[in-house]
Amino acid sequence: MMDHNHVNCETLLGSLSEYIDGELSPELCREIEKHLAGCDNCRVVLNTTRRTIDLVQSPAEAVPVPDEVRERLFKRLNLDDYLKPKSQ
Amino acid sequence: MINPTPQELSLEKLRAGDRAEMARMVDVFSAPVYRLGLRMLGSPQDAEDVLQNTFMNALTHLSEFEGRSSIATWLYRIAANEALMLIRRRKPEVNIEDLQADDPDAGLMPTQFVDWSGLPENELLSEEGKKALDAAIQTLPENLRMVFVMRDVEGLSIKETADALGLTGTNVKTRLLRARLHLRERLSAYYAERSQHLIREDKNDGS
Ligand SMILES: [Zn+2]
Repeated sequence: MMDHNHVNCETLLGSLSEYIDGELSPELCREIEKHLAGCDNCRVVLNTTRRTIDLVQSPAEAVPVPDEVRERLFKRLNLDDYLKPKSQ
Repeated sequence: MINPTPQELSLEKLRAGDRAEMARMVDVFSAPVYRLGLRMLGSPQDAEDVLQNTFMNALTHLSEFEGRSSIATWLYRIAANEALMLIRRRKPEVNIEDLQADDPDAGLMPTQFVDWSGLPENELLSEEGKKALDAAIQTLPENLRMVFVMRDVEGLSIKETADALGLTGTNVKTRLLRARLHLRERLSAYYAERSQHLIREDKNDGS
């Protein structure tokens, strides 16, 4: 095994985002997974970081624009003649 | 990736001042702009200001938009500027943490190792859980929060986020990692404390 490929807690942390986003090479992923298999703390950090991202992306967090807000926006933009047909 | 619109907006029509096309652009992009305002400022009133100012600004400057980036990236850029201007007006003091945003080694080390990732969805996305999540997002320094909102809430790519904010891809990645770890840390502290409460309640029930 090449020495510079060796993954410890610190290097794993530095690559965590890219690992989660699937942007790392297969070799580096394998090294990371090897470290994860033997390190409880890094596994917890990975799991909870993934979960954090899932939560903000969940549909329950998607706020629609309230109707009155949309109405005031169109008026401010002098586009209120186009206000009616949206969802219909 | 920015979702493709059901029917491509016509830049030509927009630049020619076609009001129907403008209205369509507003409807396509008002939800993401409003959400960005809400996440960055934390209040519906401020989010509405960001929304109105963004589109006022966009419609005024449509004729100057050259189409080198997508309409979406251009609008995100305007929205980000409007949001940051409003934040500056709300709290003019400089945030020390912001200055370290691009230091790759600053403040990364996790200290919370409670694994709450297996908690059920109805617990994590309960009213209380959502409030904790929103509050945690508000504790992010604004330049980390902006990157996080664009990339993880709105789903822009690293490149789109970099284009919208005038940053390099490396800057975006560094900020994103710091934002994610900061949020994770906050939520972990919250769920660690919460599970202590639950255990205590269980014990009290049993006695
Ligand atoms: Zn480790």
